Amino acid sequence: MLWQFEICARSGQVDPYAHEIERDLAWLELEKAAPVELTRLYLLGGKLDKKKAMALGTALLVDPIVQKMTVAKHSEAPESDARVVTVCRKAGVTAPEEESLRRAAKRMDIELDEIRTGYRFRFSETTTTEEIERISQALLANGVVDDIQVGSARLPAHKTPAGTKNERTEIPLPEDDDELLAISVNLGLALNLVEMQTIRGHFFELERNPTDIELETLAQTWSEHCKHKTFGAVIDFNGKTIDNLIKQTIFKATKDLDRDFCVSVFTDNAGIVRFDDQYNLCFKVETHNHPSAIEPYGGAGTGLGGVLRDILGTGLGGKPVANVDVFCVGDLEAQREDLPMGVIHPLRVLKGVVAGVRDYGNRMGIPTVAGGVCFDPRYTGNPLVYAGSVGLIPVNRCEKEAHPGDKIVVFGGRTGRDGIHGATFSSMELHEESESVDGGAVQIGDAITEKRAMDVLIQARDRGLYRDVTDCGAGGFSSAIGEMAEKIGARVDLDTAPLKYPGLSYHEIWISEAQERMVVACPPENLDDMLALCASEDVEAFVLGEFTDTKRLEIMFEGQQVADLDLEFLHDGLPRPTMKATWTAPRRQNLRGFRGPGCHETIRTLLADPNTASKEWIIRQYDHEVQSTSCVKPLVGVGSDGPSDGAVHAPVLGSNKGFAIGMGVNPFYGDIDPYHMAQAVIDEALRNVVSVGGDPDQTSILDNFSWGNTNKPDRLGALVRASQGCYDAAMSLGLPFISGKDSLNNEYATKDGTIVIPHTLLISALSIVEDVTKSVTMDLKEAGSNLYLIGMTDAELGASSYLRNLDLRGNEVPKLHPRAIEIHRLVHQAIQDELLLSCHDCSEGGLGVAAAEAAFAGDQGLEIDLARVITRDTRMRDDEILFSESLTRFLVEVNPSNAARFEALMETVPCAAIGRTIELGHFQVRGISGLHIIDDPLKELRDIHKYSLTEILEGNEHA
Amino acid sequence: MPNAKVLVLRAAGVNCNEETAYAFEVAGAETKQIHINQLLENPNLVDEFAAVALPGGFSYGDDISAGRVLAVELDTRLGDVLRQLLQRGGLILGICNGFQALIKSGLLTGPESKEISNSATLVENECHHYVDRWVTLKANGKKSLFVDGDGTLELPIAHAEGKFVAADDGSLDSLFAADRVVFQYTDQTGSETTEFPANPNGSQRGVAGICDETGQVLGLMPHPERFIFPWQHPQWTRDKSRTNCDGMSIFHHAVKNLKA
Repeated sequence: MLWQFEICARSGQVDPYAHEIERDLAWLELEKAAPVELTRLYLLGGKLDKKKAMALGTALLVDPIVQKMTVAKHSEAPESDARVVTVCRKAGVTAPEEESLRRAAKRMDIELDEIRTGYRFRFSETTTTEEIERISQALLANGVVDDIQVGSARLPAHKTPAGTKNERTEIPLPEDDDELLAISVNLGLALNLVEMQTIRGHFFELERNPTDIELETLAQTWSEHCKHKTFGAVIDFNGKTIDNLIKQTIFKATKDLDRDFCVSVFTDNAGIVRFDDQYNLCFKVETHNHPSAIEPYGGAGTGLGGVLRDILGTGLGGKPVANVDVFCVGDLEAQREDLPMGVIHPLRVLKGVVAGVRDYGNRMGIPTVAGGVCFDPRYTGNPLVYAGSVGLIPVNRCEKEAHPGDKIVVFGGRTGRDGIHGATFSSMELHEESESVDGGAVQIGDAITEKRAMDVLIQARDRGLYRDVTDCGAGGFSSAIGEMAEKIGARVDLDTAPLKYPGLSYHEIWISEAQERMVVACPPENLDDMLALCASEDVEAFVLGEFTDTKRLEIMFEGQQVADLDLEFLHDGLPRPTMKATWTAPRRQNLRGFRGPGCHETIRTLLADPNTASKEWIIRQYDHEVQSTSCVKPLVGVGSDGPSDGAVHAPVLGSNKGFAIGMGVNPFYGDIDPYHMAQAVIDEALRNVVSVGGDPDQTSILDNFSWGNTNKPDRLGALVRASQGCYDAAMSLGLPFISGKDSLNNEYATKDGTIVIPHTLLISALSIVEDVTKSVTMDLKEAGSNLYLIGMTDAELGASSYLRNLDLRGNEVPKLHPRAIEIHRLVHQAIQDELLLSCHDCSEGGLGVAAAEAAFAGDQGLEIDLARVITRDTRMRDDEILFSESLTRFLVEVNPSNAARFEALMETVPCAAIGRTIELGHFQVRGISGLHIIDDPLKELRDIHKYSLTEILEGNEHA
Repeated sequence: MPNAKVLVLRAAGVNCNEETAYAFEVAGAETKQIHINQLLENPNLVDEFAAVALPGGFSYGDDISAGRVLAVELDTRLGDVLRQLLQRGGLILGICNGFQALIKSGLLTGPESKEISNSATLVENECHHYVDRWVTLKANGKKSLFVDGDGTLELPIAHAEGKFVAADDGSLDSLFAADRVVFQYTDQTGSETTEFPANPNGSQRGVAGICDETGQVLGLMPHPERFIFPWQHPQWTRDKSRTNCDGMSIFHHAVKNLKA
């Protein structure tokens, strides 16, 4: 018997989800649709009479203190109701709750054979069908993954998705080049003509046609996402040839620096560096931009889920211990009518991606500890989502190698039709219909499945049950097994893969990017133990095939061979493209006669700028303390609302050795010169770890480029400039790159032309902290301290927060000083010598914002005197000194008893006592004239910083 | 004397087991982390332990509601062995998700009851989303075997469903009357509060943790295992002389009351 259970809030009880929807109705100007009645629906079938059904519902579904329940036969449940919409997951889309229901029912000795869950929303009398449709699309569901039934009160019974014909299919490759290219386009392979010609030539020599799955495998492996074709290309840059950009810049810096703490760089799923005698650290940051553009919640969640599997798939498996995330989105207050067709409003994008990272990271039990958000209208159609993770890995588990004869064991989630063509999709441009056309490219995550997989992986690693591991990411089995088998060979039997539902074609199974799947190479003698371990914790595992010594990738399905690929051709057959790149400096902007509105007003504007304003609303939704390793938290100070520069964690319980993480990103500088942008963000990332106690001489960095379409010479030229900036800054600061990832083609095509994202380079720094108890935070500590500004201030206001808020760009972007590393080292030395009470780096908004933040975070007044700031140009005005964003500057607080030692230590670098902390709770700035140009109560500045972004996100609740 | 043994329960989605076990060990106990599947196969494994800890996390993804599926398992399959544990003087600790599971399993309503709890529950936070922040708690140690005296503690909370709601005023009053409200969120003056953010979830009368009738079972939303080193306090860099760790005190006191 099939029963429909309806659960809703008791009268007088507020359903928080319904409340949230009511609040969001204002955003659609549909307040009249309130009140919203929300009913949770469960469709459960099995050997259930009414009595049993009631008992099940009482024990499992309803919380009688706050909810009430009705139970009806599904066939008798009310069917239609004009004022409601019923939402449930589409068939085939992961709905993990179903498994939990099955399990719990079993404990009550009830076997459920049909389970479906969903929501029903009822709106006010005056709401029209058209309005309900609008609300559904905007607030309640995503057509990519949800079934939305307006007017239907009943949950639809399960439908199995239609099957695909599953016969071995050959694809003849025509001699005509136009027809050949059409095959790439029609099959969604994202291969260009030269690549298609190469494949045609290969199969011509073999005197046979490729099968569909062979073409798909080549397309996945050769995708920009997997192969980084652009970075490896031969590039003509302003007439000069660059043979392999990444080898000439990013890799070269690491090679030239040759730091002994680098254990494994650019070869594994994450870079590995030394930590202590027992453990190394691994670190990786990934982008998940295109999936997040069409489904922010799922895209960001699986972005994090994916990078966590990268850590699990590094060496023989790292244990993730800290996550980071950075988002770049459009203007949160944009008017709907001003947005291009087909885009999701930036406010919904940001809320969606935050919730996605929150739900995945929190459920995995990994603290999310550092990050940032950048706002620029050019991100509207193509937001960026960076997610990263640090892992802890035993020193003797960093190397791996599959052997011929090892079994290919896959465990974790099942394979479904979700996430087909993710690797190739991410290598294409977004457009108005991306959502409907590429819906299948969205992956739906289930963090608990990944958590279970992680739990058994770590146990299996420690028991030595396998010899090699990687995760299923972009390209699914195709990429995972293709990589593991690269040097040996593999034979795969696709029939063995457990599917979410029947009807997948063999090539869908092969390239599905269904989440939460790990692949290990298990020696036959350990196979039983491996499978038993997985079974003991409800992790589904199966043998997909075995590794061979044939140097071929052979794929079987229903007894037929559907692929037989030469692994050498698969991995090395990709022709290297030749590309053209140009770069010309932008025209200088005339700033003569420019006058700001005054420092008093500007400091308020800058603290309220969403790029600078407190991200507390986001940070507090992340569990940043799980694992009990958090030493310097993302929010610090008296009221825990000061923005910390970096996070410090001691990942091994009982040891005070730790690491610091810091991020650097500033796409605005790239509008003036990507070379200097790269240098600036590397310096920023380093400042952020050094400020809290990280050792600059034990710091490694990651690069993540998100760029426009690099087939356009100007975009590629900017990429070359940025890469050259990376090399020079890395060499100058002594920071090896240990891993990285690029995401190209971040453009959004509209009727009125293409919107290109700003050149966005995220640098993430990981630094060793020898003793976390010496960590320093940015909040001022006590009255009567000396305040010093370390570093040189120059009139570098180009693309600064100050100018941008005046709708100016300027010309002089901050530049890295060749001796910057000395400053970093000396700040670190001062922290080790315990000379600093507080330390805050100057970044966006310059000295002004840094000093204000340090003051209100510490609830400690200060006075600084701009005449005492060391400037390169003696004619700098107050506003220039206060808001210049010159690099490598730290505002530090020193107890007068340590002043002499501190000053002696800083003798060789620009460092001046610019003020002191005072008894009065004010932020006071004395201008060059000697008069106070700012004298404000701290609370006023603190509230601007604390609530500006929150007010936008919460709809003025804290106003 | 051998160390008392604590069973730290694992299940799909439980994620604070390592640090909870670590805190018990620092306090002098011996711990074993056991997956619930193993326990379901052999419930009498509990017999060799003096205490069971249900750590925080998202057991079974918090599907249906936080801790609900685990609560059903505790109630239907492990209820007997857990009640036997209490009868021989053992302790049960539920932190965060463990508290959510305990309260929904009926184990906090007392060793006699087998019904799903119908006197109190934990529901979604009033602020409508997950929150991680530190809170100040007023402790009542008159009944609970986990708390020494009536002091003040600072601990972090991190949850989305921590709002304590009693079935009616009478149930709430009787919990207080029986000294079963062990922790309350307090404001700067030290008084119980329902105001955000001092009370992070809107709990009635600031209830943050309760015990059963015997004082042997404690469920609390805050995470004591996240304040076991001085440098975990959010203001530790403002007072480096700090040595007390409020979270550790709960583990110390519990272990003191354990029978090895």
